[in-house]
Amino acid sequence: MREVNAIATIAYRDFTRLLRDRARIISTFIFPVIFIGVLGGSLQSNLSDEAGYNFLTFIFAGVLGQTLFQSTASGIISLIEDRENDFSQEIFVSPISRYSIIFGKILGESLVALTQLVGIIIFGLIIGVTMTVAQVITLIPFFLIVCLLGGAFGIFVLSNLSSQRSANQIFPFVMFPQFFLAGVFSPIKELPLPLMILSRISPMTYAVDLLRSVYYADSPVYDKVVLFNTPINLAVIGAMFTVFMIGGTYLFMRNERNR
Amino acid sequence: MYTVSYYNKLNYHLKLVSAKVKLEIVKKKAIIVKDLVKKYRKAEKNAVDSISFDVEEGEFFALLGPNGAGKTTTISILTTTLSKSGGEITIAGYDADKESSLVRQNIGIIFQNPSLDQNLTAEENIRFHSVLYGIYPFAPTFSLMPDAYQKRVKELAGILGIEKEMNKPIKTFSGGMKRKLEIIRSLMHKPKILFLDEPTSGLDPLSRKTLWEYLRDVRKTEKTTIFLTTHYLEEAEEADRVCIINHGQIVSLGTPEKIKRELVKKFITADSKDREKLTKELSKHSYTYTGTGPFHIMLDGKSAQDVIKSINTKLSYLYIHNPTLEEAYLEIVGNTQTEEKGATAHA
Repeated sequence: MREVNAIATIAYRDFTRLLRDRARIISTFIFPVIFIGVLGGSLQSNLSDEAGYNFLTFIFAGVLGQTLFQSTASGIISLIEDRENDFSQEIFVSPISRYSIIFGKILGESLVALTQLVGIIIFGLIIGVTMTVAQVITLIPFFLIVCLLGGAFGIFVLSNLSSQRSANQIFPFVMFPQFFLAGVFSPIKELPLPLMILSRISPMTYAVDLLRSVYYADSPVYDKVVLFNTPINLAVIGAMFTVFMIGGTYLFMRNERNR
Repeated sequence: MYTVSYYNKLNYHLKLVSAKVKLEIVKKKAIIVKDLVKKYRKAEKNAVDSISFDVEEGEFFALLGPNGAGKTTTISILTTTLSKSGGEITIAGYDADKESSLVRQNIGIIFQNPSLDQNLTAEENIRFHSVLYGIYPFAPTFSLMPDAYQKRVKELAGILGIEKEMNKPIKTFSGGMKRKLEIIRSLMHKPKILFLDEPTSGLDPLSRKTLWEYLRDVRKTEKTTIFLTTHYLEEAEEADRVCIINHGQIVSLGTPEKIKRELVKKFITADSKDREKLTKELSKHSYTYTGTGPFHIMLDGKSAQDVIKSINTKLSYLYIHNPTLEEAYLEIVGNTQTEEKGATAHA
């Protein structure tokens, strides 16, 4: 029970910090809006007829997954920020499990990402994406799953980085290629072999495909836009989460103590 | 009559003996450090080089040394935030490596740099700590927290005179207020041992004074063992025992009085036009002396007057060296500080 309370309070702290940082709330909407509005709008006008499905909707569903995954992963960088502000000592000397600390952090950053999502969904509805209330409710648990995968991926990448500066330099490198490998903006059903391999080992691929498989569940274009299916995506995400979470926490804590 | 009084006497003695036995049992070790070694990665020298000491329960123990001596390294290892390279450590009866979670439960720490979340209010910082240590269950607001918590926070804020500031972000706090808040926070879970890593660095004299007054009160009421690191001699003099370290090694360990006796070397500096005669005379009295003139003649417990009286050679120069503890301490650490500069980066 103590661990649950500790996870809740660590997560709540991250969420409180977001609410007090208005600049961050606004800045997080800019990229998704550009992706959906500009990229989605232009591709929709030029490519939709050939593809046989609505490109704006395709990108919208992709951006949902990409934003949740990336926002949670990048949010984990604040662990290093805490270290540089000397606050991490307070957390690391507490008598709770190291996994609880990291999980609390991931959960907190998931809440932050989900807050962003509200704005993105509203923007999508304004520019004409169809999304029913029932769809949103069905998607909520899957949103959270995507966040958890992103967070675990974040701690795994972060576990070998020592400063906030190096984290800010490395994260775009591991995130940006995944936008394309995961098929956020473009279909990836057919790819040349090297890209195919990279695409299938990229965690974001499964995050994006999971949300599309749920979003398009009753749609006639399901087979055209979804790569795998919900159970396969969940299985891969579950395995990746376990490896990233355990490996990342172990490495991060080892580097924290062994100096 | 006789037998009754005899019986009473016996009983009295037995009570004394049992009290003594009890005292022995109660006087447990709060901290045991054995041959502690720490070598940072990529460092050439050991930051902490095989130090051993122990601290009794309820004791006020001060680790004194210049910057880069290994104080923060030692305290970081004792508080489980840094791994050691060798040695054994027991804190509150638990192994610092294998039972680190139990160690953490029993200690409170004031870090060298304030470790408060600047974006949270004072109360939120305390609430975060309380929930993390499992004292109270999580609640998102102050008013939803249990009454016991609300009462304790108000009480502590009252002691420090910061009732009005409890709901303001830490950003607006002065250095002294932050320090006090950290002490309140570290005592929330009633730790057996309180570690303080240079708690007064960066504070003005008045803040330092009030902080010490508060700490003295805490010691009296909570009976907490205190482990302090400092580079201020006058702070260490308050301790029951002081351990001076330099270059990661123990220079001196004992009560402030014992340290004074050990460190403060009194000697006479004297010179004469007839140095040969003087040295002969010094050897005759078997005084220990150094130098080829002027000579440093160690007093070794004798009074300066007695030594001077015993010398008949006409002196051309005479000086009695009788340093204060501060001067003696500076002599020890001053000799080595310039060469240390390269190795201080980690401490």
